[in-house]
Amino acid sequence: MTSPAMIHRSESAVSVELQTPDMTLNIGPQHPSTHGVLRLVAKIDGERVRDVEPVIGYMHRGYEKLSEVRTYAQITALVNRIDWVSGFANEVPFIVGVERLMGVEAPERAQWIRLILSELARISSHLVFMSSYPLELGATTPLMHSLREREYILELIEEVTGGRFHPNFNRVGGVKPAYGGGSTTKKQSMDLPAGFFQRTAEAMDRMDKICDDIDSLVTGNELIKMRTVGVGIIPADKAIEYGLSGPNLRASGVAYDLRKADPYLTYDQVEFDVASASDGDCYDRYVVRLEEIRQSVRIVRQAIDKIPSGPLQTKVPRVLKAPKGQVYSRAENPKGEFGYYIVSEGGKMPYRLKIRSTSFSNLSILPWILQGQLVPDLVAIMGSLDFVLGDVDR
Amino acid sequence: MMDFLDGFWIQLILKVVGILLVVLTGALVVIYAELKIGSHMQSRIGPYYAGGRYGWAQPLADGLKFLQKEDLAPDGADRAVYGFAPYVVMMSTIAVFVVVPFGPDLVGSNLDIGAFYLLAISSLSVLGILMAGWSSANKYSLMGGLRAAAQLIAYELPLVLAVVAVVVQAGTMSLNGIVEAQAQPVFSIGGFDVALPYVIQGQILGFGIFMIAAVAELSRIPFDMPIAESELTMGYLTEYSGIRFTMFFLGEYASMIGLSAIAATLYLGGYAAPGIPESLGNFAGPGVLLLKIAVLVFVIIWIRWTWPRLREDQLQRLAWTWLIPLALLNIGLVSIFKVVF
Repeated sequence: MTSPAMIHRSESAVSVELQTPDMTLNIGPQHPSTHGVLRLVAKIDGERVRDVEPVIGYMHRGYEKLSEVRTYAQITALVNRIDWVSGFANEVPFIVGVERLMGVEAPERAQWIRLILSELARISSHLVFMSSYPLELGATTPLMHSLREREYILELIEEVTGGRFHPNFNRVGGVKPAYGGGSTTKKQSMDLPAGFFQRTAEAMDRMDKICDDIDSLVTGNELIKMRTVGVGIIPADKAIEYGLSGPNLRASGVAYDLRKADPYLTYDQVEFDVASASDGDCYDRYVVRLEEIRQSVRIVRQAIDKIPSGPLQTKVPRVLKAPKGQVYSRAENPKGEFGYYIVSEGGKMPYRLKIRSTSFSNLSILPWILQGQLVPDLVAIMGSLDFVLGDVDR
Repeated sequence: MMDFLDGFWIQLILKVVGILLVVLTGALVVIYAELKIGSHMQSRIGPYYAGGRYGWAQPLADGLKFLQKEDLAPDGADRAVYGFAPYVVMMSTIAVFVVVPFGPDLVGSNLDIGAFYLLAISSLSVLGILMAGWSSANKYSLMGGLRAAAQLIAYELPLVLAVVAVVVQAGTMSLNGIVEAQAQPVFSIGGFDVALPYVIQGQILGFGIFMIAAVAELSRIPFDMPIAESELTMGYLTEYSGIRFTMFFLGEYASMIGLSAIAATLYLGGYAAPGIPESLGNFAGPGVLLLKIAVLVFVIIWIRWTWPRLREDQLQRLAWTWLIPLALLNIGLVSIFKVVF
């Protein structure tokens, strides 16, 4: 470092560059656009972000450790709190993994119901994105419209499971509807509430309409395009390198969807397209999610047609014990690949449960993608990655 | 009676009280309108209980609540500047109304250089914002203040150039003069003299530019980068609380009325309206002007609840590649028009 005073006066005009130290801006953990408690230590030069270091862990709830002292049936109540905007979708890969570990097969009707509710969870999660993302760009009104429609989905989920956000609906070897689902006889009370499928079909019609509404309100909006097109481009190779998954990966042009690539439940029996885009910018990530709502609607409609009648629960022993072994079970969650690595030493509880949560991996690209961006784009990019802090910290 | 009104001090007091009443109650009304219009645009109901019916007392209740809050200042704040900043903003907002004519005689002061005074005084609020951002000892505030200053570079020139065209057309800088010029009949159909406001007399371009620049000056969506809640928490307002925050808040809405009043005066014919004879101007004038202000305020609110926010560089690009060339073109066209006809 040469101080300006040491340079000869005549030289100073040409050789001294004005040194402005970077400002360290602490964004979060309490900040309107960090979706909870993410903290970003950003070095900024004016509005230009030089360097970003995400600091996570403010919401660590120790679910992996807690799971080691809970029975398999109890753990479902924990895992649906990981990513709270799509609670049901978190349960599915866990319960599928446990069933595989124990060698139990859920009845087909239960599998279809899981599929329907997973897709409902996907729609509700994406509707949250549809509401929060424009808000981050400064548009306040789409928030209300999307959240209003999400309420119809949450009502459906509540009707079946008894919980809006935390269904706790899956059992090893089946699903268990909330008691008193509209029927009187004991046999029927073990089924879904009467008229559920019809109400679901009606809700799906609503979803089609809200997709069109969002299309006309947000997608074609020139100002939204100005803010998102070409911003935060993630090329396909970088997306794979950083372990992105879900809509964030597919927006970069990699049409990889576990529902197609590694079908679970009954996804191999329904027809749908994998929504993908090519540019990998914020706008594409938004468009892919909107398209996924439409595809989910398509899947749910088919599932309503195809769902067989039958029991919801297969016979399992009163005390559930898993044999010694390990299993990795994964599913395509609204936000991407969600996996559980379950290690059993025999007994009622897992020896170790490792959660591969989506948002944690999706967030890992932040330091790379935010380098050299403007502060307003930082918010646009963070919002477009659609992470939930409960999912990051677990 | 009239002699009594002629006294200088009496007039001064009446004018000051009158302007303050218009500005402050107007600001409260606009806040209520924003709450209600915004919520109906979002399929909500909005304030409902305060005041018994339709939540009409909500702005008052909010204001009273703010008054009770502690007036906090951060430890590292430059207290004198920090405390003074809201008053600078408020002062510049209220001073705008000095030259806005509500009727032929209902004007604070009919300055010969009214338009010039307006432009000078309305930009002063940025000084207050910069003071607030700088003295808050908060990085978000600082960025918000600097953004407001940067924004000034973008909108101030189009604003001035748009007004220049009006001044050229009217041939005077006095706002009363501009209103009277618009009230002059342009042509007559079967004995009816038809007067047209400037927005119809070829100033539509200038009106558009003025309104865009005005929204930018107000720092409202889509140009609310200095506040930008999702980016800078609340920009230069971050550290303010209590009465000083109320000052900023009222100032924002009052200047919304102020700029709408200017736009209505310059482009929409001010207090004059077709069918109202000149002799009634002092009685009907305020109502006519307030109606025009209400329309413009509604448009500004409507935009706020519809559009997202732009980036600072995008505003600069918009201003320098579109607004300023178009404003210059507008001046040229108006000048040619003026000379030829």
